Amino acid sequence: MTQGSLATGASAGLSPGPSSGPQSANLADILERVLDKGIVIAGDIKVNLLDIELLTIKLRLVIASLDTASQVGINWWQADPWLSADAANGSNSRELEDSNRRELEEENRQLRSRVKALEARSRDGG
Amino acid sequence: MAAESGWVWMYGVAGDDLEAFADGVAGVGGAPPRTITAAGLTAIVGAVGDREYGEAALRRNLEDLDWLARTARAHHAVLEAVAERGPVVPMRLATLFASDAAVTGTLQERADDFREALSLISARSEWGVKAYAVKQSDPAGEPGRPAAGREGPATGPGAAYLQRRRAQLTASKDARQEALASARTVYTDLGRFAVSSRLYPPQAPDLAGQQTPMVLNAAYLVADERAGEFAAAMADLTARHRFVQLTLTGPWPAYSFAGEGDGPGPR
Repeated sequence: MTQGSLATGASAGLSPGPSSGPQSANLADILERVLDKGIVIAGDIKVNLLDIELLTIKLRLVIASLDTASQVGINWWQADPWLSADAANGSNSRELEDSNRRELEEENRQLRSRVKALEARSRDGG
Repeated sequence: MAAESGWVWMYGVAGDDLEAFADGVAGVGGAPPRTITAAGLTAIVGAVGDREYGEAALRRNLEDLDWLARTARAHHAVLEAVAERGPVVPMRLATLFASDAAVTGTLQERADDFREALSLISARSEWGVKAYAVKQSDPAGEPGRPAAGREGPATGPGAAYLQRRRAQLTASKDARQEALASARTVYTDLGRFAVSSRLYPPQAPDLAGQQTPMVLNAAYLVADERAGEFAAAMADLTARHRFVQLTLTGPWPAYSFAGEGDGPGPR
């Protein structure tokens, strides 16, 4: 197969991903494929993977595959501001919010101490 | 074979020319995979016990992420070993039959579907392409920061803060738009080298082991003789798009292109 040439391409120009070998295949990549893709034929045991409530909830933390997500009503990724253009109106990634909150708290602290200093000064003066 | 109470786990279906395969690959539940041939097709199967893989047990175990991870990896390992020898149509996880005869029956009943699926993926491989948004350093926000320090001359720290935050928001929004635009371009451009493509929703950042948001999660079915071109196009796109970081995985067994009713067309 042409595996060799592509593997070279992967290691040369691209960032280190989970492409370094079969064993290191990313669990999320495997799960989204084996749970959501692959041909479905009716076996003798009927376990509809989408019926398993806990599984789908846990999987929401792990992967959110389009078919699974839309069938069970978990479309979190569509509402993620990073991932859908129309949600990009002001709501940030949590990280940014956190850093903003920290900054705001710091600003608050500084303002409070300035107010206190001014009050003290005006008390002293007046 | 099925002396004790158990089930036949089906990994996938290959043509009848499948050579010796999967030497030393432990299958699901530890049983070595074997083959069942019928209707010019070869099912790759393995024996699993009722205690762990019966209907009730399966329901319970599928809720257990460690069990699920182990099982998914074992299922995948067998398919990967088979795919190295030739085309194989992967079954969805937990496709179980009561007996070899039931497997034979399914091969016969669905022979045309399997053959059609096999012909689609023959001499082709699935490749995964992801793009992550690259966090841009924040040129608008930074310079203002030292000046608006604790002295806060005329404008005051509050106003400076608002100004800075507005700049940050704009910068982050721009970077987001750029990353999404790049993702779309990359997806379309790579499609030119593929027989077919599928879009997956982006994975959650924690799981993907990346701090930055994933903006593209795609699978391509690429003819093996074009794999080099595909990789070259990846490298080229990597160089041209600074708002996204690209990763390539594969070759995968053609999971994404064996689905029922998907048809051979793109999208």
